Amino acid sequence: MNARTEKLRQESLDAIPTICSERAELMTEFYRENLGRWSPPVMRARAFRFLCERKTIWIGEGELIVGERGPRPKAVPTYPELTCHSLEDLHILDTRPLTWYRVTPQCLDAYEKTVIPYWRGRSLRDRMFDLLPAEWHAAYQAGVFTEFMEQRAPGHTVLDDKIYRKGMLDFKTDIARALAALDYASDPTAPDRREQLVAMDIACDTLILFAERHAALADKLAAETADPLRRSELERIAAVCRHVPAHAPRNLHEALQYYWFCHLGVITELNGWDAFNPGHLDQHLLPFYRKGLSDGTLTPEAARELLECFFVKFNNHPAPPKVGVTAAESGTYTDFANINIGGLLADGSDGSNEVSHLLLDIVDEMHLLQPSSNVQVSRKTPDALLKRALRVVRKGYGFPSLFNADVVVEEQLRQGKTLEDARAGGCSGCVEVGAFGKEAYILTGYFNLPKVLEVTLHDGVDPRTGVRLGPATGDAATFATFEDLFRAFELQLRHHIDVKIRGNQVIERLYAAEMPAPFLSVLTDDCITKGRDYNAGGARYNNTFIQAVGIGTITDSLAAIRRLVFEEKALSLTEVIAALDADFAGTETLRARLVNRMPKYGNDDDAADDLMLRVFDTAFHCIDGRPTAKGGTYRLEMLPTTCHIYFGSVCGATPDGRRATLPLSEGISPVQGADRRGPTAVFCSAAKMDHVKTGGTLLNMKFSPAILAGDEGIDRLAHLVRSYFRSDGHHVQFNVVSADTLRTAKADPEAHRGLIVRVAGYSDYFCDLSEALQDEIITRTEHAGF
Amino acid sequence: MAAAAAAGTLTGTVFNVQRASFHDGPGIRTTVFLKGCPLRCPWCHNPEGMSAAPEVLVSEMRCLHCGSCVAACPRPGGPLAAGSALGSAGCKACRHCADACPSGAREIAGRAWSVGEVLGEVLRDRLTYEESGGGVTFSGGEPLAQAEFLVACLDACREAGLHTAVDTCGFAGPAVVTEVAQRADLLLWDLKVLDRDRHLALTGAPLQPILENLAVAAGSGVPIWLRIPVIPGINDDEGTIRAAAHLAAATPSVRRVSLLPYHRTAAGKRTRLGRESAMAETPPPTEERMRALGVLFQETGIETTIGG
Repeated sequence: MNARTEKLRQESLDAIPTICSERAELMTEFYRENLGRWSPPVMRARAFRFLCERKTIWIGEGELIVGERGPRPKAVPTYPELTCHSLEDLHILDTRPLTWYRVTPQCLDAYEKTVIPYWRGRSLRDRMFDLLPAEWHAAYQAGVFTEFMEQRAPGHTVLDDKIYRKGMLDFKTDIARALAALDYASDPTAPDRREQLVAMDIACDTLILFAERHAALADKLAAETADPLRRSELERIAAVCRHVPAHAPRNLHEALQYYWFCHLGVITELNGWDAFNPGHLDQHLLPFYRKGLSDGTLTPEAARELLECFFVKFNNHPAPPKVGVTAAESGTYTDFANINIGGLLADGSDGSNEVSHLLLDIVDEMHLLQPSSNVQVSRKTPDALLKRALRVVRKGYGFPSLFNADVVVEEQLRQGKTLEDARAGGCSGCVEVGAFGKEAYILTGYFNLPKVLEVTLHDGVDPRTGVRLGPATGDAATFATFEDLFRAFELQLRHHIDVKIRGNQVIERLYAAEMPAPFLSVLTDDCITKGRDYNAGGARYNNTFIQAVGIGTITDSLAAIRRLVFEEKALSLTEVIAALDADFAGTETLRARLVNRMPKYGNDDDAADDLMLRVFDTAFHCIDGRPTAKGGTYRLEMLPTTCHIYFGSVCGATPDGRRATLPLSEGISPVQGADRRGPTAVFCSAAKMDHVKTGGTLLNMKFSPAILAGDEGIDRLAHLVRSYFRSDGHHVQFNVVSADTLRTAKADPEAHRGLIVRVAGYSDYFCDLSEALQDEIITRTEHAGF
Repeated sequence: MAAAAAAGTLTGTVFNVQRASFHDGPGIRTTVFLKGCPLRCPWCHNPEGMSAAPEVLVSEMRCLHCGSCVAACPRPGGPLAAGSALGSAGCKACRHCADACPSGAREIAGRAWSVGEVLGEVLRDRLTYEESGGGVTFSGGEPLAQAEFLVACLDACREAGLHTAVDTCGFAGPAVVTEVAQRADLLLWDLKVLDRDRHLALTGAPLQPILENLAVAAGSGVPIWLRIPVIPGINDDEGTIRAAAHLAAATPSVRRVSLLPYHRTAAGKRTRLGRESAMAETPPPTEERMRALGVLFQETGIETTIGG
C-alpha cells in the first residue's frame, strides 16, 4: 500500500457503521406521491431515479474510485419498501453487542414520524407474513428453516464481462431494439414486456445521471482545492465519470469505476443478498492492464493503487442491517462480494494471469473484511498460483477460500447450462455456484436437518414448545428397526421441505409481481431480450437453492442410534429420547459413550458416512428439480453462514451427544472435534457426498501455523487441496491460527481487534463473533502435526 | 501363489494406523505401527509399541469411574491394570472392558490386522499419495520384529503400486534386513548412540549387529534416510553427532539425515501404561542446539533436516 491507500484503508476500518434514514425518507416521499401512477417495474425504475437524483453524493479525500451507497462510508441505508424497521428494531441495532449500527436521534425521528407511519403494513415483509400459511409460520418460528427474502431482496448474482464491452448507452440501444421487436398483435405479454423494457431504459439513464452527479461534485472539489495534484486527480475522476457508465471503459480506471457504479446501482435499487460481485475480476481487467502497460498509460504501481482504492470501497459497505432470525442466521457486516481469481476461460483454457497474482498481493497486503476473495483451482491452474494463494491463507485471515473450478463447471452442466456459460461462471457469496451475468441463483433459506430428526423422534411434535409441526409418523417406541426410524425421518423431511417450498412460492410471486429490479435486469442476460425482470424469471438460468445445515450432527446422531439401539441393543430408542429430553441430566455416562464411542462422520468410517450419504440423497430428492414460481428449479446446497449457531439454539440435545442449544456442525464439516483421523480422513468422508449434485458445499478446516511452516508446509497444503479436488470436493477453506491464540483473543478482545478468522463462507473479525461462535471455532478440530 | 493367497489372511499386531503423516518419509503418508520392539530406549516416543503383546492403557484423566469396565469384565478380579498384557493373569482377552468404556479412557494398544485389512486401510489415501509423492510407512515398535507380516504387507503395497518406507532401528537378523531392503522403496534408519557400551546400556541391545545390518541394507541399493532422535544428555553431544555424520558419509545409500528433536508427548502414554517416565525431567533440545548439530552434517554433503 502507498500512503494514499494506507490512509483510505485506515479510514474505512475506523468508520462507524450507522443507519442512515436518507434512502428511507426519499422512498417514502416518492411512494406517497406516486403510488399507483405506473406499473410496478416503471414505478421501481422511477424510484431508483428519484433516489439517485437526490441522494447525498460523497467523494472522500484522496479517493480515486468514487461513490457510496449512503451519504458517507459505512452509512447504511434501509429499504422500508421491503422491511420497515420498528423503533424497537432500531434500538436493537444500535445497542446489540455485535454487528451494531449506530442510530442517530434524527434517524429515529424520521422513522417515527415519516417512515413507519407510511410503510407499516405496506412493506413487502408485512404483506408476505400475512400471506404465508400458518404451517410455514410454525416451522419458521420453531427454527426448522429460515428465509433469506423476508428482509432482503433476491440477489445472489454476479456480473460477467458485459460492462467492459458495453456502456449504458449500448444497453439502451439493445432495449430500444427489443421494444421495437414487440409484437402487440400476436403476443399477449407484449404490454407487460414493454413496461419492463421501459423500466430498464430508465434504469440505464439513471446510472448515467448518477455518474454525472459525481463528475459535477469532482469538478466542484477540484475548483475548491489548493492542492494542484489533488485538483488533477479530481479532474481525472470527473472525466472518468463522464465517460463511464455511458460508454464502454477504455482503461483500468474507467473499468473499475464503471463496475463500482454498477455495484452501487444494484445495492441502491434493492438490498439484494448478496450485494453484488465483479466475478472474474482478473480475467475482466487483464486487457485494460496489459494495454495500459504497453501503451505507457499505466504502471504496475498505478494499477495496484487503483485496485486498492477499489477494494476499500467494498469495505465501506457493511451489509444492510438484519434483525430477528435473519440476523441470527447471518450475524456479520460482510455482504459477501466474493472476487473470483483464476478459474477457466470460456474456451476451457486456464484463466489465471498476472492480474490474478496482483489481486492476491492486494488481498494479502490489505486483508480487509470485504471484499471476500477466492481462488478457482482447476486441473489447469498452475501450482504457482495455488501456492501463492496458500501463502496468504497461511497468514490466517481465512481467505482466499479455494474452489474446484472443474467441479464448479460440472455442477452447472448438470443444471443444463452451456459449457461456455458454466466456465464463465464461478462462485459467489459463501460457496454458491452460478453462471455469472446470466443467472438468478437465489438462496431461499437454511434448513435445519437435525431439527427434523428431533421432530421425528417426537412423532411430529417440537419438544421445545409442544407444537405439532409435522404429521404423526409414529411413536419412537414402535420403531422395530432402524429402517422404520429412517422412513419416518424421510416423511418428516419431505413434509418440511414442502412447507418451505409452498411458502417460497408465495414469496417469489410477490417479488416477481411487485418488486422488480430493472437495473439488475439490465445487467443480467437475457432480461432485455425476454423483456422480463430478474425477479420474474428474466435471467437465462433461474435456480433457487435451499441450504441444508447440520449434516455432520444428523449423521452422527443417526449413526449413534443405529449402533446403540438397533445393533448393540444397549438401550431402547425411548430411553435415548428420554435422555435427550433431559439434556443428559443423570445420563452422563451415556453421553460420554455417544461422544466417544459411536461412529462419526469425518473419519472416513463407512459406519457413519453411509448415513451422511442417505440423508444427503434424501434431501436432494426432496428438493432437486422441483419447479419454482418464476419458472426456475429448486436445488440443494450445503452451507451454513452462521446459521448452525441459531439452528443449534433451537434444538434440544442430539443423539451424537451434543447438549441442547449448542451449535450444530457447519457446512459439510464434521461435528466440531469429532474428526480424529486427520485431514485426509475428513476429505475422504466429505468426498463421499456427490458434490456435483449441489450448488455448493462448504468445508472448513483448521490448521495450526506450525504444520504449514516453510515451503514444505505450503506444498503439503497444496497436495491436500489437489487430492480433495481430485475426488470432486467443491470447496475448502482454512483457519490457520492456533486454538491458544483464539483463546487469548477471546479473553482479551481489545488486543486482538484485527484478528480475522474464517467463519463459514466468509471471514470475520474474531472479536465481533458471538461467544458461542468463538467457542465453536476454538473447538473445531485443530489439525496439529502428526 | 499359495504364499500370496495366505498373505492376505496373515495377521500381525498393529497398534496404530496414522493417516496424513507428514514426517515419516516423502510426501503425505499413512504410517502403520507394528507392535513389539527388541530395544528398550527410555526416550521412546511410542512406549505402547515396545511389548509384542497387546497392552492395557488407562487414562486416569478421562476415566469417569462409572464402573462400566468392571461390569463388563468376566475375570474374577476385574479388569487388568494399566500396562498389563492382554490375556495375562487370567484375562480372557475378550476386550469387553475397553469396548464398554464410554469415555475411551481404557484402551487396548494392539490388535491383529490381516494384510488385506492393512492394504484396505492404506489405500484410502491413495489420491493423496499420488498428489504428494507419498505412500505407506511401516513403523513401530520395530516392524522387522514381525518380519513375515511386514514382508507380506510390503508385497501387497508394491502390487497396489504404493511407495513404501520402513522405519527401523536396524536390530534384526541380516536375512530379514535383506528381504525387507529388497522390497521397500525407502528405509528410515534410526540411530541413537554410536558408543557400543552406552548403546547396550541405554537400549538393551548391542550396536554391532545394527551397524552390520546398515551395511547390508546399504549394499542392497535401497535409499536410506538416517534418523537421529536428539535427546539432551543422551546423544546431543558433538562427539556422538560427529560420529553419526561420519557413518552417514561412509554409508553409500544414505540420501538424507533427519535430526528429530526429543519431545515429551510420550509422557502421557507412559502414564496410561502405568509406568514411570524415566526421562520426565529431560527438556526438549532448543532450536539453536538443533541447528548447531545440523551444521555438523554440512561436510557430508547429505541433505540434513531438522524434524521429519
